[in-house]
Amino acid sequence: MSDQDETPVLEITGLRLSYYTRAGEIPAVMDFDLRIAKGESVGLVGESGCGKSTVANGIMRYMGNNGGIVGGTIKFKGRDMAEMSEEEVRRLRGKDIAMIYQEPMASLNPSLTIGQQLMEVPMNHEGGSAEEAHQRSFDMLKAVHIPDPQRLMDSYPHQVSGGQQQRVVIAMALLSKPALLLLDEPTTALDVTVEAGIVELIAELSKETGTSLLYISHNLGLMLEVCDRICVMYSGEVVEEGHIDSIFSWPTHPYTHGLFGCIPLPHADKNARPLTAIKGQLPLPHQRPKGCYFGPRCEFFKPGTCDQEQISMAAVHTDDDPAHRVRCARWEEVDPGSFVAEETAKREVIPVGETVLEVKEMRKYYEVKDSSLAALFSGGEVKQVKANESISFRAGEGETVAIVGESGCGKSTFAKVLMGLETATEGEVNLSGTNLGEIAVGDRTPEQLASLQMVFQNPNDTLNPSHTIGYQIGRVIKRFGIESDPAKIQERVFQLLDTVKLPRAFANRKPRQLSGGQKQRIGIARAFAGNPKTVIADEPISALDVSVAAAVTELLMDIQREHRTTLLFISHDLSAVRYLADRVVVMYLGQIMERGSTDEVFSPPYHPYTEALLSAVPIADPKVEKRRIVLEGNLPSPLNPPKGCPFSTRCPRKVGAICDNEVPPVQFAGDRHAIACHIDLEELRKVEPVITIPDRDMDAAD
Amino acid sequence: MLQLIMRRIGMMILIMLVVALLLFMINEGDPRLIARSVLGPYAQDDQLQLWIEQNGYDRSMFIRYFEWIGRVLTGDLGNSIIYKRPVSEIFWDRLGNTGILAGVTFVIMVIVALVLGVLAGMKEGSPQDRVISVLSIATTSVPEYASAVILAGIFVFWLGWLPGTSSMTSGFNVVELILPVMVLTLYGFGYIARMTRASMAEVMTTPYIRTAVLKGLPYKHIIMRHALRNALIAPFTVIMLQINWLLSGVVVTEFAFGYKGFGALLLEAALRRDIFVIEACGIAAVFVAVFTQTIGDLGYTYLNPRIRFK
Amino acid sequence: MTDTTNNAPIAKPDSMLVSALKSIALLRESPVGTTGGLIVLMFVVLAVFAPVLAPFDPNAPLLPFAFPGSEAPDGGIFLFGTDHLGRDILSRIIWGGQRVLFYATLATVSAYIVGILMGLAAGYFRGYLDEIISFFANVILSFPIMVLYVLIIANLGASGANIIFAVVFASSPGIMRIVRGVTMDIATRDYIAAAQTRGEGAWYIMLVEILPNARGPLIVDFCLRMGYTTITIGALGFLGLGLPPPDPDWGGMITQTRSFVTGGFPYMAIFPACAVSLLVLGFNLLADGLREVSLRD
Repeated sequence: MSDQDETPVLEITGLRLSYYTRAGEIPAVMDFDLRIAKGESVGLVGESGCGKSTVANGIMRYMGNNGGIVGGTIKFKGRDMAEMSEEEVRRLRGKDIAMIYQEPMASLNPSLTIGQQLMEVPMNHEGGSAEEAHQRSFDMLKAVHIPDPQRLMDSYPHQVSGGQQQRVVIAMALLSKPALLLLDEPTTALDVTVEAGIVELIAELSKETGTSLLYISHNLGLMLEVCDRICVMYSGEVVEEGHIDSIFSWPTHPYTHGLFGCIPLPHADKNARPLTAIKGQLPLPHQRPKGCYFGPRCEFFKPGTCDQEQISMAAVHTDDDPAHRVRCARWEEVDPGSFVAEETAKREVIPVGETVLEVKEMRKYYEVKDSSLAALFSGGEVKQVKANESISFRAGEGETVAIVGESGCGKSTFAKVLMGLETATEGEVNLSGTNLGEIAVGDRTPEQLASLQMVFQNPNDTLNPSHTIGYQIGRVIKRFGIESDPAKIQERVFQLLDTVKLPRAFANRKPRQLSGGQKQRIGIARAFAGNPKTVIADEPISALDVSVAAAVTELLMDIQREHRTTLLFISHDLSAVRYLADRVVVMYLGQIMERGSTDEVFSPPYHPYTEALLSAVPIADPKVEKRRIVLEGNLPSPLNPPKGCPFSTRCPRKVGAICDNEVPPVQFAGDRHAIACHIDLEELRKVEPVITIPDRDMDAAD
Repeated sequence: MLQLIMRRIGMMILIMLVVALLLFMINEGDPRLIARSVLGPYAQDDQLQLWIEQNGYDRSMFIRYFEWIGRVLTGDLGNSIIYKRPVSEIFWDRLGNTGILAGVTFVIMVIVALVLGVLAGMKEGSPQDRVISVLSIATTSVPEYASAVILAGIFVFWLGWLPGTSSMTSGFNVVELILPVMVLTLYGFGYIARMTRASMAEVMTTPYIRTAVLKGLPYKHIIMRHALRNALIAPFTVIMLQINWLLSGVVVTEFAFGYKGFGALLLEAALRRDIFVIEACGIAAVFVAVFTQTIGDLGYTYLNPRIRFK
Repeated sequence: MTDTTNNAPIAKPDSMLVSALKSIALLRESPVGTTGGLIVLMFVVLAVFAPVLAPFDPNAPLLPFAFPGSEAPDGGIFLFGTDHLGRDILSRIIWGGQRVLFYATLATVSAYIVGILMGLAAGYFRGYLDEIISFFANVILSFPIMVLYVLIIANLGASGANIIFAVVFASSPGIMRIVRGVTMDIATRDYIAAAQTRGEGAWYIMLVEILPNARGPLIVDFCLRMGYTTITIGALGFLGLGLPPPDPDWGGMITQTRSFVTGGFPYMAIFPACAVSLLVLGFNLLADGLREVSLRD
């Protein structure tokens, strides 16, 4: 049956999906085409609101009560799904088409064991006994590299880690050997090192089983590692598609090119080659412009050409990729690569000033009451969580210091101690001479408070929903005594809004009326309202879309440069860190593993954890070579940390028992470059770099 | 888990002791009032004083309190001033009657409420949901004393099917139980139904139900095996609390229908200051309340695997 | 990228009253809520304009056992009939409604003030303060509610002030729990940390930053509680523990006339029964509508 193999597993033509709300019909996806052949991995990339998740839901025919397929066809293995009955669709689900979701914990039923949830799949789709189902589930768990499948099958979802939960979800999806697997942001909720393992697993399994993949994500770097072809979506439409190499090497559509400009690639530099944000905002679904949806934001917009009628996909025939198509009326005339906006002119390097912040051997321990019966008898009722252990580093005026680590590394605790929301158990936190580590926020003077402010992570929680923007910023100004006259306060609020590039009219709006990126800008305005000397930014861009994050990052850089503020940038995003930090501190389970300047930390000698972190971060540049290091095992429990090096349970370069038992010594590879490891420094220096950037024709650095 | 149970039981006992103390202080705080209510309004001061000394009411309140607790624990509830008999003779009898009334009501109410709540929550926004929701709101708007007269008007006056009072004068008669049970059930099921509906509706929108649907499981299997066991956790606590509410609702209902139960006893005792009866009823009420709360909390902990298996 | 500059003065935060009124205005989107609102409004109007709207003096014995629709001796119609003492039932219902609404509102608002203050303090400060407040709340909530009311009123005597006291005593723990729960949840948000790190005082944070964001569940609970309090006041009247006669009170009206239900005059008790049910229905529908609307927000 040779022509059976030619039939694409999935063929979508002209798909239109809409939601129906009280406000009327909202078209979420317009004119969507896609073909996935057997065994192929196709990536669907776009920012929030572009409709990529809606496409997945449409394929599964699960759009909820208020969504529907308005037009177009979806053919699965040649059969039009619109002709199938509810019952036939139900039988397809889980057996021929399976799906994996973003939050693994939420996707598993908390009241059923993992074993029960796995066994249902074969038992329901293929009949069969419980023993057979059990055996198959067991084997599948082994295939996803779960070390102790029986124990896991008897556990409830909340008893296992996030990475393991996602492996369970993958196992569940692949149990019936589906022809097509839909993955909707499967690794977004996971730590970077865990993510690397999952991505590798998915690639391996799909090769083995010949399953076709539709991989949905906003992370271009991830696509590079997993997919054969990629489609870029914007506002409900595919704007460009093609093989991975062609899209990454020759992005043709201005939006695709804009996206790449927003990603901090290894050769970006905040001074010499800053990020280029895409101006404007995503149009609301019922306010799409005529013609090209990207038009209003496009540098190459030409009235008369770009705003007339629907633009359709055209084949890019200037390269040798037959699958490369683009939806742009002017693609043959313009070259986005040549465009350099004046706003992205190079910046000067600002010299670092005197030491402003000095942390010496700071420790923060939490006491936890262990109320289990066992603890009662053994007398170990009160345990300590060593959230921060021996933290020491320095930051100068105008310097950007990044604190890097994954969940549980203690970076949030550190921020809280700095801000005074917690007090240090031991050690010093000196800000301009005063030890703030022992002074709780309620006891600090207004000057102390004003000189240290914070930008928070979640844009939706950072502003009080009940008050206007102007009131909230004005309150800071008033509290810190910068102005007291209402007219002057108002003037200052307007100035701040100008600085963060938002319209002055926003002062009278409530947070509900603003987008995530806009709210985060207000958060920045609020933090800088009191002219602080130091600002702590706790994951300020993690919750934002790529293009919005780029704009906010650039804004932060501009303000910092203007006020010569010291910036403490807490993040798990190594790409962003490499881009904007001068110095880096790498934390794991409450301790500093490595610290130094950005260049020192990102090149050998590495701490083994830094090495693994660097390898785990996806890089959206096909020319960059990266060594693969995947960590096994899980983060140890903070209640029960290893006696010696905290990384000893997962370290690929573990020397031996010494790593488990003895705290590693701090070795200095440079004047201010410290690595806490048992391995001899000379050995570490011999390690090859994780990332190799090919020589490029770089503009002359300053 | 075991430690949790011990702690909750300890808290239960503590609350009961505190409440008993408050009750005791309110009721027996003033020895003269007690003496007067026992001896009657025409007693003279010296008679009161004699009685106080004879019965040990001149000692400190705390001593009397602990003695009283001791007596209660051995079953001696004192003597009723109104009935001139030991309280225990009347009390347990009445409590039993209320037990029957409350028991029958409880069973009917819970079954009806759970079924309606699940049906409504399964398809949120559907006609069946709207009907059930409106019905629940309407029935919880009619208090027991109002529905008592309305139902009496319908079933006793107009249709003549049921008797007007439920004093069970000729021995136990199920027919006399119908109206009080109807009144209590009508008012009580609405709250449970709405909580169940809310819980069910919330479960149906969770990601794990979406996973179950997208695994291709049949609808009935999803409801019975995936949804219900999560949706019924919260209503369990609510149902336990409704037992507590029942004890409150019977006061009005028993009074309305002349049913000789615990609620009527308490009311009468409170109005006529039959001190020891009040105390006995108060302790019983608190016991039921605290006990059901504790069971509700513990049950919730047990049913929720996230808490049960740490 | 900046629009035309708008130099309008910055608005101050809405006061609680204004935001409550705004929430109520949104009600128009829910038919259930609108119905409830209209019912409540009708009773309020009747209560406020009782002297004008009531056809007769509620306490004047005119013509005993008159059926609904029969004529009064000096003209006028007894729309709802008269009771066993000859008093016009409609007038008694209108005046009784005024009393119920007056006491219920006063009692519920007082309970709210006490409950909000305790709940904010318990939820924000935590620690020993929280444990003590929660313990006493548990103690009070450990009583079946009617038992509690009966004990309080029987000991203190039946009067308006005592009823208000009893309601505040019995209701504020429940309110405290709700406010405490919401406070604990909101206290984890970043904007509270932002307020703390600019040195705001505890009461500023509780009243200005936290409380306005708790208004959703509180407004819904307020309507429900008005319903419960109405029922309770009626119940106390029914049991004979309510406001002293002869002033009309719905519960008292029912209890005095219920023996006549089986005797051929059911309307005497049924009209007040329907009145209390209707008012409570109004509150319940209003609460449900408000809840629907606040979820869509």
